[in-house]
Amino acid sequence: MSTFEQILASASSVPPREQFAPRRQPFTLGRRGLLAISWLAPIALIVAWETSAQFGWVSPQVLPAPSKVVRTAYRLATSGTLLTDLGVSLLRAATGFAIGGSIAFTLGVLVGFSRLAEALIDRSIQMIRAIPFLALLPLVIVWFGVGEGEKIFLVSLGVTFPIYINTTLGIRQVDPKLLELGRVQGLSRIQLIRRIILPGALPSILTGVRYSLATAWLALVVAETIGAQSGIGFLAMDAREFLRTDVVVLTIVIYALIGVVADAIARLLERRLLAWHPNYASTAR
Amino acid sequence: MTNGALRDRTPSVVVTDLRRAYGTKVVLEQLNLRIERGEFVVLLGESGCGKTTLLRALAGLDAIDGGRIEAPKRPAVVFQEHRLLPWDSLWRNVSLGMQGSDLRERAAAALTEVGLGDRLDDWPRNLSGGQAQRVALARALVQEPQLLLLDEPFAALDALTRIRMHTLVKELVARHQPGVLLVTHDVDEAIVLADRILVMRDGVIAFEHREIGQAPAAETRARLLAELGVVLDRRAA
Ligand SMILES: Nc1ncnc2c1ncn2[C@@H]1O[C@H](COP(=O)(O)OP(=O)(O)OP(=O)(O)O)[C@@H](O)[C@H]1O
Ligand SMILES: [Mg+2]
Repeated sequence: MSTFEQILASASSVPPREQFAPRRQPFTLGRRGLLAISWLAPIALIVAWETSAQFGWVSPQVLPAPSKVVRTAYRLATSGTLLTDLGVSLLRAATGFAIGGSIAFTLGVLVGFSRLAEALIDRSIQMIRAIPFLALLPLVIVWFGVGEGEKIFLVSLGVTFPIYINTTLGIRQVDPKLLELGRVQGLSRIQLIRRIILPGALPSILTGVRYSLATAWLALVVAETIGAQSGIGFLAMDAREFLRTDVVVLTIVIYALIGVVADAIARLLERRLLAWHPNYASTAR
Repeated sequence: MTNGALRDRTPSVVVTDLRRAYGTKVVLEQLNLRIERGEFVVLLGESGCGKTTLLRALAGLDAIDGGRIEAPKRPAVVFQEHRLLPWDSLWRNVSLGMQGSDLRERAAAALTEVGLGDRLDDWPRNLSGGQAQRVALARALVQEPQLLLLDEPFAALDALTRIRMHTLVKELVARHQPGVLLVTHDVDEAIVLADRILVMRDGVIAFEHREIGQAPAAETRARLLAELGVVLDRRAA
């Protein structure tokens, strides 16, 4: 034992670092530098766009100047229906997401847990999935007409598959060793689901949520360009009739921004819910 | 060596004529085993001889094909890997499956016993291998099991950590008095820990060594190795 202590003592008396030649840091830009560089190209592009619009190289009918789009945004937001239309679009997306998401999650959990449910449901879902869901549009219009029902249905449909697939996958991929541990610790079926299966499947489920946000958005854009009386898509179609390219560009930018915000929210959710996960860990707890 | 519980002769587990086969491959046949409360039994045996199979049968994790196992309803198990839930804090891990109130306090007490009382809210991923295995031990012992099953729990640890774990496990077992069955490949570990050492071969307990510490350790060691089919050069020469 005392020899151990001697070994430990000698091991801790390593020569101080100064005795070694200091290693020179290779030249690096650092995080901030790289961040700045990553914004160079987009900014340059916008500057070029603005310049060519100002000099009249591009007709405003084809592509209005960014500054013009900003002014239009301000005007529509203060005196027009922009905010109402935005609200309508968001509500459609949220409703469709909630409906499609809960159906997909329920089915995913059923199929993830039960081989019987898988045999009953999975093949049908996979077959429907093979159809590009936008190809169903004409049929959906026949069923629902062009109203809220058609739009919400389309969004729900788009949301369903990513969430369904990732939920089943997540549940299937839960470490069987941890499930066995749950049995050893005497967990009931409910406890097993709550303490082990759902947390284990959560990373995958959230991935599904992120994908589905993208498809929900796509579905909404398409649905709103057809016979809408309100919403961002309606704004775009209406503006097209009057060749108001600035409004059209504005709606495109709004769609993009909302997509970015939705993705950011999903990422935030991941960082909060998956703080335990090394891949999502931000800082130490 | 003999303590109160041993003299009381309350068995932790009694196995009679156990049989276990995978398809046509018979792994355990007519296996008999009895472990008293407070008794520390170490099981040795060649790789693939069926140690894990026996332990899993005792844990109630696998069905058996014949014979009887009289074991407590819920034995505690420590596996070779710590099997901590990565999404739960240490105290939540330790209290997994516990009933009743004051779970956090009870988990805290158990974690303090293994020297991690100050890390209740930490994540498992911030632990070293030895620390994680200590949490697994705390989780196993917090429910005061009558039978503690350990399948090569220290195999993945470095030599120094393993020595510390031996001391810790001995202390904990002495305090909580479960019957213990520990599977290992390390003959020296067996000699340090066991009240009784078993060697498994051909599906049964083929050799039993009770008088730990009465013969010189080197002799015991050579004998056990011989039982395991390892002949030391020193002896052969
Ligand atoms: N699920 C299984 N299906 C078929 N055969 C199995 C299965 N599990 C184990 N076996 C076989 O049963 C025998 C005993 O396996 P077991 O895991 O109990 O050995 P072990 O003594 O624990 O070995 P080790 O010391 O290497 O861990 C082996 O020959 C193994 O191949
Ligand atoms: Mg084994």
